[in-house]
Amino acid sequence: MIKAVMVMNTQGKTRLAKFYEYLPVEKQQELIRGVFAVLCSRAENVSNFIDAESIFGPDSRLVYKHFATLYFVFVFDSSENELAVLDLIQVFVETLDRCFKNVCELDVVFNYSKVHTILDEMIFGGQVVETSSSEIMKAVEEISKLEAASNAITLIPKSASGWRSR
Amino acid sequence: MSGPSLMDSLFQRSLEDIIKGLRQQLIGEQAFISKALEEIRKEIKSTDLSTKSTALLKLSYLSNLHFHDLSFAAFHSLEVLSSPRFSHKKIAYHAISLSFHDSTPVLLLITNHLRKDLNSTNEFEVSLSLQCLSRIANVDLARDLTPEVFALLSSNKLYLRKRAVAVVLRVFEKYPDSVRVCFKRLVENLENSDPQILSAVVGVFSELACKDPRSYLPLAPEFYKILVDSKNNWISIKVLKIFSKLAPLERRLAKRVVEPICDLLRNTGAKSLLFECIRTVVTSLSEYESAVRLAVGKVREFLVDEDPNLKYLGLQALRIVAEKHLWAVSENKEVIIKSLSDADPNIKIESLRLVMAMVSEHNVSEISRVLVNYALKSDPVFCNEILGSILSTCSRNLYEIIVDFDWYVSLLGEMSRIPHCQTGEEIENQLIDIGLRVKDVRPELVRVARDLLIDPALLGNSFLHSVLSAAAWASGEYVEFSRNPLELMEALLQPRTSLLPSSIRTVYIQSAFKVLVFCLHTCFVRGGSIVPSASLNNLPAGVSASVSYESFDEFSVENGADASVVHGQTCASAPITKESIVNLLNLVELALGPLLGSYDVEVQERARNLLGFVDLTKPEVLNSAVQEKDDSEGKGVETSKIIKLMHDAFSKELGPVSLSAQGKVSLPDGLELKENLGDLEMICGDLEPPSSNAFSFGSSYEQKDGLSFSNLQIKEDSEQTNESTSLLAEHRKRHGLYYLPSGKSELVSNDYPPANDPTLQGDIDDNADNLVKITAESLVPKRKSNHGKPRPVVVKLDEVDEKHVAMKKPESRDDSLSGAVRDVLFGCEDAPPTLSQSNLSNKLSSKRKGKEKQHTDPHAESKENVIDDGNSSLRRKDHSHGKERRHRSPRKKNAEERKETNQKEKEKSRRHHGRHKSRQRAEEPLKVSAQTPVIPDFLL
Repeated sequence: MIKAVMVMNTQGKTRLAKFYEYLPVEKQQELIRGVFAVLCSRAENVSNFIDAESIFGPDSRLVYKHFATLYFVFVFDSSENELAVLDLIQVFVETLDRCFKNVCELDVVFNYSKVHTILDEMIFGGQVVETSSSEIMKAVEEISKLEAASNAITLIPKSASGWRSR
Repeated sequence: MSGPSLMDSLFQRSLEDIIKGLRQQLIGEQAFISKALEEIRKEIKSTDLSTKSTALLKLSYLSNLHFHDLSFAAFHSLEVLSSPRFSHKKIAYHAISLSFHDSTPVLLLITNHLRKDLNSTNEFEVSLSLQCLSRIANVDLARDLTPEVFALLSSNKLYLRKRAVAVVLRVFEKYPDSVRVCFKRLVENLENSDPQILSAVVGVFSELACKDPRSYLPLAPEFYKILVDSKNNWISIKVLKIFSKLAPLERRLAKRVVEPICDLLRNTGAKSLLFECIRTVVTSLSEYESAVRLAVGKVREFLVDEDPNLKYLGLQALRIVAEKHLWAVSENKEVIIKSLSDADPNIKIESLRLVMAMVSEHNVSEISRVLVNYALKSDPVFCNEILGSILSTCSRNLYEIIVDFDWYVSLLGEMSRIPHCQTGEEIENQLIDIGLRVKDVRPELVRVARDLLIDPALLGNSFLHSVLSAAAWASGEYVEFSRNPLELMEALLQPRTSLLPSSIRTVYIQSAFKVLVFCLHTCFVRGGSIVPSASLNNLPAGVSASVSYESFDEFSVENGADASVVHGQTCASAPITKESIVNLLNLVELALGPLLGSYDVEVQERARNLLGFVDLTKPEVLNSAVQEKDDSEGKGVETSKIIKLMHDAFSKELGPVSLSAQGKVSLPDGLELKENLGDLEMICGDLEPPSSNAFSFGSSYEQKDGLSFSNLQIKEDSEQTNESTSLLAEHRKRHGLYYLPSGKSELVSNDYPPANDPTLQGDIDDNADNLVKITAESLVPKRKSNHGKPRPVVVKLDEVDEKHVAMKKPESRDDSLSGAVRDVLFGCEDAPPTLSQSNLSNKLSSKRKGKEKQHTDPHAESKENVIDDGNSSLRRKDHSHGKERRHRSPRKKNAEERKETNQKEKEKSRRHHGRHKSRQRAEEPLKVSAQTPVIPDFLL
């Protein structure tokens, strides 16, 4: 099971945090800081693992990937495969890239909801439910359409829309 | 605060405005956020759902990325949730899954919202609601929404079905009874051809099997099919996870899956799947030599790979292999050693662990040498990691792998001098522990301690203070092995000791006391040169070569004159002359004088003790120094008496004490521990001042600290002593109740032979065979012969080991979830077996019997029993099984019966549960009769 997904930049600013078990916000902040403290001390071209048990307690593992100014961090337990989760990070980033056309940190910053939607399509309650980025894209687009449609109604008063359909 | 006006709604800031504002940082982040929060608090009370939902979205953002609590908005989230619009719902679900938890007060108000959305025709609404349920479900939610989840499990929309499968995990966990409703449909999904559904189901089963693998053994045939057929790596990985849990429970299953897994291992191109195969083989199939060989071969490919990830995982896999197949580690020794200097700290630590796994009593010194060199070169963190693992490996099981303790003690000394060393406390513990347990190592220990003590530079390093404390203690306690006590004394009293914390200073002062007493005793009582006491004979020849063997009569008081003669023989030792003693006394006075005003009571008290002793002896020493040898009788005798007394007080050896020692002391008759001591004051009133002396006769260690000074007074004034003794005797007669019976201490010491029992020691020296016999328990005899020097005796207390064993006993876990699952999977076997089924099971049991005869391996047998336990309801009806049961040992039978009664009880309790369950039960036999015949067929 995946326990948490975090995205943070190289300055330690959180860009996305998703915990699949409830944690108070103070605890979340503490964990993210703990992870960042380890991450920022690591050199380039070393392995993508860090010892998570000291931060998240027993039976937890952590893989991360470093893209440009962002760290993508996945925390999980022994029922996931480390290399598979690394692939999953790749899928996540690829999907972001497709969604935002050459993704950069700013896209993640300004599209808070959308990034969450993408992640939710991939990971459901800690379980991986979708690994194909085109499938994820399809669902995300539909959800966006639905959102836009439900918002569009606000612009036209109910009576007016009723009048138009007549 | 008034509600938001129309203007507020019209000019509400969107999330994007907030993000932009945060980035501009015109007024500072914190100020901006608190201003935004203030707005949000106002907006969220709006009656307009759009305004409300925007406020909620902004709040979620601030909560998620800036860690502000959003629990105050719990009810507002529910309000937004009730909106018919999808975008509002989405925001509300997001906020809810961020903030709700089991003790959120409004949690139960959400049930109907969730139910409504679960039944929605819009699949994305259903998905949102499922997602939320997977995050926040508690017992009530899980119970109330089980029917909806059940319906979705067979939804024809794949998008929803896989999510429903995933949510089942949380529902099962929170409300185990839902297993009875949903389990069948979940299992049906295992046969779905769609890889996405399959992936979700297998994922759920791998999670479930992690918690309680045994319950899912009957599903092994389905999993096997998936393992063989699957082309999807994700699914294969998850199935492998399941088998790595199931295989150790059932030998036949392991035998069956080992081939397909090896095939995967050979043919797969995906590293993730390859690694999972390796891990499954090394964790769960480690008795299949060929599979392990194959896996280790693949591990080697990982180890030499460019990718540090593969290297790291390869090392991890090796560590798992190492437990049972050490050869795999030795085969890759070069790579592992090379990895110690890798750039990646993970890889370094992993390879360090592997190196430690290779340590045996033959190579411990070489490996430690290599590692200490690495420690000198590496960064502080890894350096301490190395030192820590050397220490823990070497001390494992009471220094099991250490043969040459002299080497080890000097290694400890060397390690504490490594610049980054922060493992001082562990070194301290081990130095003292070894000093107590291993008698033969003491001379070397004192030498190492001296080297540490005389180095003034070490006193400045606060990480070393605990090591120095151990060194000080050892050199005081075993001062008789010291080559040069005078030098030791100077080291203990050097000015830089003021850098030490007071707790360690007290150790220094106390050790100085012991050294001083030893010097005086040597000089005045025994005659001038340092001669190790009786234990000298036990020393290895090499160590004691430079020390005189000449033993002195304990009572040759007047021997002082011969001192110069003896000096000639003890070439290595520094002479202790009377002048040097005088210097020593002056030094003590000089060094400790200022400490009389110390703020720390312990330091002050010990300094006072020592100075009191000096005051007492100094005049006599000066006297005798002036008179030289003229008048060694008279006053000299008085002094030597005192010195001898003190020396005796310190000469009692300390041994390790078992943790449970206190418990072994039987309560002697007549000892009233619960008696009210209210009348004690009256009795104490009887006791006159001299009573403070009355307790100081024992020479035990506890007493010598505080009361040693009064000891001296007694000896000085024997009349007074006699008086107090008689007083004491009288008192004892009167209040015998409060005294321990005199025979008791002997009784206790019979139970606990002193740590270094002299008789035991003697035996060993007399007879080398005896030594082998004694140590044979811990050492393989074959190895034994390799050592030139026999391993010294290490005092062990068996209680410690026993305790470890007792604590490791695994707890049998049987939670309600697995109970429910078992009920569904096994309970159905209560149904009358069909003809083919009973035939099969007859065949099965007869084969099994044959097998049991072949396998004398108790391990295997117990595993088979496990299966039987699971099928106990089946077995009750099966005659051939009855026969089998007779073969079992009574103990096993008991365990089984206990389990059976457990099961019966469980069944009984289940009957209370009511209608819908019995309805479920009625459905079950159908399913199982289709399933059960497969299990034995497959397992054979």
